[in-house]
Amino acid sequence: MLNIIVELSKYLIVILMILFTLESFLFFRKRDEDDKKHVLRKQVVVMLFMDLTAFAVMYLQKLEFTIIIMFLEMVGFIIALQILYRIFYRKASMILVNNMCMLLSCGFIMIGRLDFEKAQKQLLMVIIGAAFSLLVPIVVRKMKLLKNLTWLYAIAGILMLMAVLALAAISGGAKLSLEIGGVTFQLSEFAKITFVFFVAGMLRGDTDFRTVVITTAVAGAHVLILVVSKDLGSAVVFFVAYVVMLYVATQNPLYALSGLAGGSAAAILAYQVFSHVQQRVIAWKDPFSVYENEGYQIVQALFAICAGGWFGTGLYQGSPESIPVAMKDSIFAAICEELGGIFAICMLLICMNCFLMIVNISMRMSNKFYKLIAIGLGAEYAFQVFLTVGGSTKFIPLTGITLPLVSYGGSSVICTIIVFAIIEGLYILREDEGDELEKQKNNNLKKKPAKQKRAAGNAPEREKSLEERIQEQTEQSLRW
Amino acid sequence: MKNESKSRPNKASGGKEYVVVAYLFVFIFLSLIGYMVYFNVYLRDDIMNSPYNKRQDKYVERVVRGKIMSGDGEVLARTDVDEDGNETRVYPYGSMFAHIVGYSNNGRSGLESVANYDLLTSHAFVLEQVKKEFQDQKNMGDTVNTTLNTELQQVAFDALYGNKGAIVVMEPDTGKILAMVSKPDFDPNTLSEIWDELVSDDSNTNLLNRATQGMYPPGSTFKIVTSLAYMHEHNGDTSQFSFQCEGEITEENHTIHCYNNSVHGAENFSTAFAKSCNSAFASLGINLDWQVMRDTAEQVLFNEKLPLDIPYNKSKFTLDKNAGVPLEMQTAIGQGNTLVSPMHMAMITSAVANGGNLMKPYFIDSIESYTGEQVSKTSPSLYKNLMTSREAQALSDLMQGVVQEGTASALSGQSYIAAGKTGTADHGDMTGEPHSWFVGFSNVDNPDIVVSIIVESGGTGSDVAVPIAKRIFDAYYN
Repeated sequence: MLNIIVELSKYLIVILMILFTLESFLFFRKRDEDDKKHVLRKQVVVMLFMDLTAFAVMYLQKLEFTIIIMFLEMVGFIIALQILYRIFYRKASMILVNNMCMLLSCGFIMIGRLDFEKAQKQLLMVIIGAAFSLLVPIVVRKMKLLKNLTWLYAIAGILMLMAVLALAAISGGAKLSLEIGGVTFQLSEFAKITFVFFVAGMLRGDTDFRTVVITTAVAGAHVLILVVSKDLGSAVVFFVAYVVMLYVATQNPLYALSGLAGGSAAAILAYQVFSHVQQRVIAWKDPFSVYENEGYQIVQALFAICAGGWFGTGLYQGSPESIPVAMKDSIFAAICEELGGIFAICMLLICMNCFLMIVNISMRMSNKFYKLIAIGLGAEYAFQVFLTVGGSTKFIPLTGITLPLVSYGGSSVICTIIVFAIIEGLYILREDEGDELEKQKNNNLKKKPAKQKRAAGNAPEREKSLEERIQEQTEQSLRW
Repeated sequence: MKNESKSRPNKASGGKEYVVVAYLFVFIFLSLIGYMVYFNVYLRDDIMNSPYNKRQDKYVERVVRGKIMSGDGEVLARTDVDEDGNETRVYPYGSMFAHIVGYSNNGRSGLESVANYDLLTSHAFVLEQVKKEFQDQKNMGDTVNTTLNTELQQVAFDALYGNKGAIVVMEPDTGKILAMVSKPDFDPNTLSEIWDELVSDDSNTNLLNRATQGMYPPGSTFKIVTSLAYMHEHNGDTSQFSFQCEGEITEENHTIHCYNNSVHGAENFSTAFAKSCNSAFASLGINLDWQVMRDTAEQVLFNEKLPLDIPYNKSKFTLDKNAGVPLEMQTAIGQGNTLVSPMHMAMITSAVANGGNLMKPYFIDSIESYTGEQVSKTSPSLYKNLMTSREAQALSDLMQGVVQEGTASALSGQSYIAAGKTGTADHGDMTGEPHSWFVGFSNVDNPDIVVSIIVESGGTGSDVAVPIAKRIFDAYYN
């Protein structure tokens, strides 16, 4: 009987996931403010219902009270975050918040299924991250100072990465994080943010050749330190983000192409110089030939994905615990196994949706500094998703990097939440700009709303029409 | 974009680059999703069936392991369930199919391992499955129909008797394996009782499937490959070859003897091959370019992967430019550093019998649900062309000569026309009895079966392996 419940629930979970994903994309088509609110509310309901199903199935099989507690805490968090964003940031992009909550939910379900203690720790980290993130939009909005700290970002970034390198050297490459008072900091995660701020700061003005060379040198230093400390995944993420920002800032495809050519050359060189790079490539080409060693992780991940098929085995019906680092680098494979390939593809689409939203925000900004930050952070996010998913499915060599928001790991999840919050901040900024623009326009045209019954009713109405207009543009931009 | 730049005084740059970046990343995401679909549709089954995959163990909780059947409809392995639901895996033939059918307790081996996924997957009628789920009963796993033939297996098993060794019988035109015996063996029914003893004793090799994992010097059976190399170097023409055998040949202080120091006298290629003249082949080996020799060996899959789903060892061929004359002579007659498995020799022979084409060997003919509904069927497939049909015909003629006038004459004058090559392989410190080899096939015009036989320390190929081949051929045509 229990089997039947587990079996049916897995289809229900997949259906709810598909619904959520569809709504995320259909959202862009909705013009009417009420329609949009309706979609957003529907998404929250679908998401909570999915969480309920997953945790109920887990509880029925394990009969552990902590599962219920965990579920209530998680639902409490999601609802609190939704309410707080709506109170503090009426103009925030709630679709981005919804997507974020969905990805966090996927993570909680899978991490919880693997290890409940870890899931609770993760939830605590997410709450800390979210608390921070509520401040971030204010900081972005009010502090014009942020623009002028360019070199401070570079110094902070390099210092953090040097610390990682030193740790790697001491621990023989095994450890890439710093531990202070029982809390581990994955410094390269924080460096991702400072790096984007630095590059944006450098390239926001004139992009003459000299500036480009200096920026490239400093960016290259970041990447090189990461390669030497064997954190190849992060190195590639930094590199891609830099090439994207350089291209967007200079509007010169030649820079982008020479960047890619340089990157390829560097990759070939790294392949020849570093044995750990060669091992990764061998393990990618034929993981079974090095099954006992480098190939083990990828082979186990592949077995997991195979076991899952389209609909998954159902929670607790697979063996994701047999995948090395199932909670971190290989969480995508673990999700494929128990929740299924369709679920996993939906998750990828949600990630893509987030990225498109970020590009959209970045396009709408008028300040180049902010534009570059948005596109830089977006590129980092999207490429990290590509690396970790591609790596565990043997599409590309495994680089050992986390799936943002889904994987276990405090620094990773906190940093990604902050990144999303920065983007929210930029979104709100953009809305502010829109407001000012609207005001100017109104003043210029000397055209005021024809009927003003109540002064109070005026503001939301005006905002509504503005949002409608922005929405139209958003939609146009999505139909390139 | 146009609308936007009109409606907004955009100080910063335009949006073209953003669109390009967005497109690129959308492309990346979509290719990832496309790959996921491809993976699930095309790659999934292969990876799932990997013997490294331990995930299937979980299915045991839901499914009663299916049966393994022989090609002639006998049960080779089944699971009995008693009233309390306790399951016992039963192997009615005991140790006879020990290595190829394998075991499923204490880990898994043989077909129990290869077909594990199928045995633990139920294709029973859907409603029945749902009903059983509700009743919390296990479903019945699928039946695996093998290509193995109990009669031939029995003959091969009896023929090896108490000797160490291995026998493979296969169909050259389909790749079906009809029999595979390895000795010493074990009884899978009682494996758990003797397991600790088997595993703790390093010298005990009962679990090893010698047919695919045994590494033996090929002895004179390798002259098939040497002959092929000679044909490669002489454009298929063996008519120019002549040799005066004096019972031994000495080059660079290294002497090769013909077996029993027999003096074969004047020989052409065919008689040298039929009599398995070591002196002639050693001399031929010195004159052959080592590179041609090596290319030929690798062309017939030495140092290469074999198309087998069960564990095997790659055959070894090490000749290179630093080999020197003594090693070249040794290599040409199948001694030296060359090592081969009986299965690999069967595959080479099979290619000779089948016009140069090696069919992919297979053990599983079809999968059925426990009620007999077919789930999948293996169709014979070409693995690789190992030689031209002209070369295959020439080798087949040479091997027929071995039966008609050479070392396997015990096989002549039968209702079937056989062809083959004997081997008498020295091993270790060369003081003990040599390994006895025979590889060959029956019904030369339209070959029916290929046999590959090795009896460890059995004596000469003619005395020991050839009579075994005769028993197998006789049983096949009885």
